[in-house]
Amino acid sequence: MIRLRARDLAVSRGGLRVIEGVDVDLSAGDALILQGPNGAGKTTLLRTIAGLQPPAAGTIEAPEESIAYAAHADAVKPTLTAAENLAFWARVFGGSDRGVLARFDLADLAGRPAARLSAGQRRRLGLARLAVTGRPIWALDEPTVSLDRGSVARFTDVLRAHLGQGGIAIIASHLELDLPARVLDLRAHRAAPGRVARPSSFNEAFG
Amino acid sequence: MRALLLRDLRLAIRAGGGFGLGLCFFLILTVLVPFGIGPARAGLAAVAPGILWVGALLACLLSLDRIFALDHEDGSLDLLATSPLPLEGVVAIKALAHWLTTGLPLVVAAPVFGLLLQLPFAAMPWLVLSLLLGTPALSVLGAFGAALTVGLRRGGLLMSALVLPLYIPTLIFGAEITRRGAEGAPVAAPVALIAGITLASAALIPFAAAAALRVNLR
Repeated sequence: MIRLRARDLAVSRGGLRVIEGVDVDLSAGDALILQGPNGAGKTTLLRTIAGLQPPAAGTIEAPEESIAYAAHADAVKPTLTAAENLAFWARVFGGSDRGVLARFDLADLAGRPAARLSAGQRRRLGLARLAVTGRPIWALDEPTVSLDRGSVARFTDVLRAHLGQGGIAIIASHLELDLPARVLDLRAHRAAPGRVARPSSFNEAFG
Repeated sequence: MRALLLRDLRLAIRAGGGFGLGLCFFLILTVLVPFGIGPARAGLAAVAPGILWVGALLACLLSLDRIFALDHEDGSLDLLATSPLPLEGVVAIKALAHWLTTGLPLVVAAPVFGLLLQLPFAAMPWLVLSLLLGTPALSVLGAFGAALTVGLRRGGLLMSALVLPLYIPTLIFGAEITRRGAEGAPVAAPVALIAGITLASAALIPFAAAAALRVNLR
């Protein structure tokens, strides 16, 4: 049974705390949507959960190598074709890329160099990578940017299927996604500079 | 690991990948030096080992910042860091790919460039051997410099300043092998030293570079 838990999590960006006191408890089939204005720390929180940076405080519990991270950048190489890009990540993560291009409506573009894909098509290729990683927890940073309405619906279907298979998703998004998801508003967890927001963590520093 | 190596080689060879950049630079240098110094055999042959090695070193430096910068810009490096591949392995593979696309072509083409600089025939095998043993160290040490400066805009200049001092021992011993080879003097000592530098940096640098990458990804 897959489970992702974070307790009393605080994350920092450039040495400054941006969020603190975040508790997350997700099990198979759960989705969590992160909301907050620009600079609220959505990306930083996702990068911390993905393991790219250590938390400033608190703990994250997840099975090893279970998280697939999709950032703002699509990690698509312009001189490789769509199929080559996907096949590379499938081999790196040890997954299979069979049928994935079709699920993201990219089958017709498989042989085209990624440089000649539109922004939305490239985005879809970047998201298709999630499916080839074979990892159960998806950490998604604004996945719907530059997607048209049809593609958003299609991606929501993929997400729903992923959750239905016992996956977990954490999504930072401004768009309303048609998903049964909990919402975490990061404004409530904003770290207050110069003010001791949480006495317990203050004592921790001296304890 | 193999997938990453093949991808990096493919990226280098496709349009705009920078393959041949180092070779071209090397060619320009060896064509221009005789015009600058004069074509007299004695003068050229005396400086040829040093010029060839400095050329190889600068040609290598030219393409170093591509090792990680492009992958960092498009987000691939984040994904490689969260992938099942160990980051140390990623560094080693990317340094190997850099050597295969930059160092190895120089090794193969070096005798031709040696001819342009009037390098004696007796020194040719030693030139090739010294480059074969020394250029892998240039790629690995360069990967460390690239890892240190990966997030910086215009980090290339800082990287060159950081990496050049590390290149100096390789340069000294590499040029020394070629010079001694030309004179017929014994070469065992510089060969052993340059091989030692390459082996030690290949064994240790991936760990240092991976640590630098982890800090830069935060």
